[in-house]
Amino acid sequence: MAAVSATHLSKSYGKVQALQDLSFTVEAGELYGIIGPDGAGKTTLFRILTSLLLADSGTAEVAGHDVVKDYRAVRNVIGYMPGKFSLYQDLTVEENLHFFATVFNTTIEENYHLIADIYKQIEPFRKRLAGKLSGGMKQKLALSCALIHKPEVLFLDEPTTGVDPVSRKEFWNMLLKLKRQGITIVVSTPYMDEATLCDRVALMQHGKFLGVDTPKHLMEQYPETLWAVRSDGMHRLLGDLKAYPHVRSSFSFGAAYHVTLGGEGNPEELKAYLETRGHTGVEVYAIPPSVEDCFMLLSKNTGDER
Amino acid sequence: MKQFQSFVIKEFRQIFRDRRTMLILLVMPVVQVLLLGYAIKTEIRDARLAVFDPSKDAETRRIKERFAASEYFILTEELTRPEQINDVFKGGDIDLVLVFGEDFASHLQHDGEAAVQLIADGTDPNQAAMLTGYASGILADCQAALLENYNAPFQIRANVRMLYNPQSESAYNFVPGVVGLVLMLICAMMTSVAIVREKETGTMEVLLASPMKPMHIMLSKMLPYFTLSVVNVVTVLLLAVFVMGVPIRGSLFWLAVSSVVFIFVALALGLLISTLVSRQMSALLVSGIGLMMPTIVFSGLIFPLESMPEGLRWISDFVPARWYIAIMRKIMIEGVGVAYFFKELGVIVLMAVVLMAAAWKNFKVRLV
Amino acid sequence: MKDSVIYADGLTKRFGLFTAVDHISFEVERGEIFGFLGANGAGKTTAMRMFCGLSIPTSGTGRVAGYDIASQPEEVKRHIGYMSQKFSLYEDLKVWENLRLFGGIYGMRGRKLARKSNEMLRDLGFEAERETFVRALPLGWKQKLAFSVAIFHEPKVVFLDEPTGGVDPVTRRQFWELIYRAADRGITVFVTTHYMDEAEYCDRVSIMVDGRIEALDTPRNLRTRFGAETMDEVFQQLARRATRQSD
Repeated sequence: MAAVSATHLSKSYGKVQALQDLSFTVEAGELYGIIGPDGAGKTTLFRILTSLLLADSGTAEVAGHDVVKDYRAVRNVIGYMPGKFSLYQDLTVEENLHFFATVFNTTIEENYHLIADIYKQIEPFRKRLAGKLSGGMKQKLALSCALIHKPEVLFLDEPTTGVDPVSRKEFWNMLLKLKRQGITIVVSTPYMDEATLCDRVALMQHGKFLGVDTPKHLMEQYPETLWAVRSDGMHRLLGDLKAYPHVRSSFSFGAAYHVTLGGEGNPEELKAYLETRGHTGVEVYAIPPSVEDCFMLLSKNTGDER
Repeated sequence: MKQFQSFVIKEFRQIFRDRRTMLILLVMPVVQVLLLGYAIKTEIRDARLAVFDPSKDAETRRIKERFAASEYFILTEELTRPEQINDVFKGGDIDLVLVFGEDFASHLQHDGEAAVQLIADGTDPNQAAMLTGYASGILADCQAALLENYNAPFQIRANVRMLYNPQSESAYNFVPGVVGLVLMLICAMMTSVAIVREKETGTMEVLLASPMKPMHIMLSKMLPYFTLSVVNVVTVLLLAVFVMGVPIRGSLFWLAVSSVVFIFVALALGLLISTLVSRQMSALLVSGIGLMMPTIVFSGLIFPLESMPEGLRWISDFVPARWYIAIMRKIMIEGVGVAYFFKELGVIVLMAVVLMAAAWKNFKVRLV
Repeated sequence: MKDSVIYADGLTKRFGLFTAVDHISFEVERGEIFGFLGANGAGKTTAMRMFCGLSIPTSGTGRVAGYDIASQPEEVKRHIGYMSQKFSLYEDLKVWENLRLFGGIYGMRGRKLARKSNEMLRDLGFEAERETFVRALPLGWKQKLAFSVAIFHEPKVVFLDEPTGGVDPVTRRQFWELIYRAADRGITVFVTTHYMDEAEYCDRVSIMVDGRIEALDTPRNLRTRFGAETMDEVFQQLARRATRQSD
């Protein structure tokens, strides 16, 4: 049975279409990533799936329960961590955890094994007010609270936004461990590099999924050869690349530009061209595309700017 | 049940942890009552009395002597013309004027009834009420003495007239008013803010996504503020009785019943507000301006309802505190039985039910 | 002192016993894009506040645009631009109202303001959005507009605090093109980010750990020094040394 299934979900706020006819399923035990920038509709989708919002049309089921008709049942089996830190800042770490345990009709002891790994890291501060914790610790506490009742499906809305790369990596390690315990996890993020850690990802923009697949497959499907281009004068290089007639797209990617070439273009000619423009240390080499490359290609294909 | 209990504990923790709010909640009523109490407690001695006596007979002289002998009054001036009455008040030289009717003694002897007028400066209603009270007392003594002398049913009709504030709200009346105001503030404002804070910080989102029943969320928000309100009613009443000497003449039972009903009205209003707004600031503004102002203006706490234009009086019928304050006055000061405030009690019970139903209906199980 | 636009020497900020920024020293030149990296709680925000004249250092000296940050904070504020992810523009004002407001704050008015506003909107391709409320713009557009507003008055330095968080990949790159253009005009750009690919776009990068600057060099040199493929690896290696727990 699918842990989450959505059929033709649509939702709009006034003129803005937050979700446009979205259908997908998440298998039980999957780590499912919804990757997309701010404003893609991720939060709206999460709120509909957690029974907090009603869709304009379409249906959704979580763990076999309809999110509208059986919303009570849904609320019993899900764990939800909203995008904004949503714990009581004026209660201590321990009090928060205890409170959420009782709200879900359980005790800390009953499911301690589930959160032990995460909670142990913040346990030394258990008498501290949640509001006084650092960003990373708040996140761990929020995750502990969302997990304490051993949910069947865990919804995490942008848990890593604004978090530094080190804490982000730690957080994803925790998710991978939870997945091994059999919990289905639906997680959203604007950071494309996190996509590779998911079993499957949905690339989302403007209320639509641009594509759904395993990260590996997604990258293999990239239809063109991707070239990394560098030179000693990187700022100037961008303009020169754009001026080259056979360059179809060029985007900066860390230390290099990712370039796709149209029909006539080939890497040797591009290199020669750049050298005639006075570039030194020019390198052009084929590289495997990343999820971000896929996202940009797909979002370009859908054609709308907004 | 455990959920509910845990929620209530959490709620209390949050209230107690917020020292400043806590202080306001518990100390403010005490301060308010004491401030008003202080105004009431100022004893009046040696008030300056002027007399206008066109009769100048034996009876009026006897009465004047009694006044002069009293510790409360000093007879400072004998007026010769009625026009002088206004002048002495304007000059601020006199606190009370005693005016005898013409041919006082003969009226008393032939008709068995004679008129005396007490005129006080109503701009300070507390003082005026007290002065006329003392004066009426002295007149009653005189009457008693006359009865002994003449063996006939005499009556001195004391006609009290307040200049500038004819209604003369008795200072006692403030205490019921303050109780009403304080309850409105604590229950409505604090409850609405407490719920809206959860919306604003996002914790409501987590609560709604949990198996916690909306009914429980509402009730567990109400309980702590209900408790605090009860504490407040008791403190204010204790202060009123023991510090300021305001009596509770009527039934304590009905006083408690009415107060509980009124607390429910205010809590329900707070809940209703919390379902309508999503920011703490708006909750404060709505409960502050939307509730406090009407409560102060239309409850008869400061401005007498009797002197309001009909339209405004009509509005005041919708202000819960107006009814509660009326009940409290009847119980505490007039000391009358439940039959006399049955209507008022009925009105607030009805309000409690309607508001609670509205809040309950409006409370959303989802985000807006 | 040479032509440095930002200059810090032993700059320190303590809050009680806690040393948020611990003797940082560096210089940033005119037109340079300087990436200011660090984990949450490493002291970036505190340091940035000092450079913007919003917080007085406990010790050390700092100069921005030629003005001392401790004794001439008002002068500093006049010669810098600032933009963050959290506060940038007034959401409940229209695009042109925001431009007029921020132009006015820096003493621009009348014809000059109108001409500059039009130029900027044309450059961004936002001419059709003049009358749009800022809140109705997609995040990426907002951030591009906010950046343009931050450099509206041609400051010597612009401070960007996580300007691209949550912005979609295409717009994020367009944003960096705006940064390049500003730097080419001679505006020094001081930027923090959690996207490590963006660290590569900087001329030089500093990485802050527990209030101290642990590494400062060009991205390429840093990668070589740490034997890393990407800036992300460099960052992971350095930031893992952190012992500090709270923000």
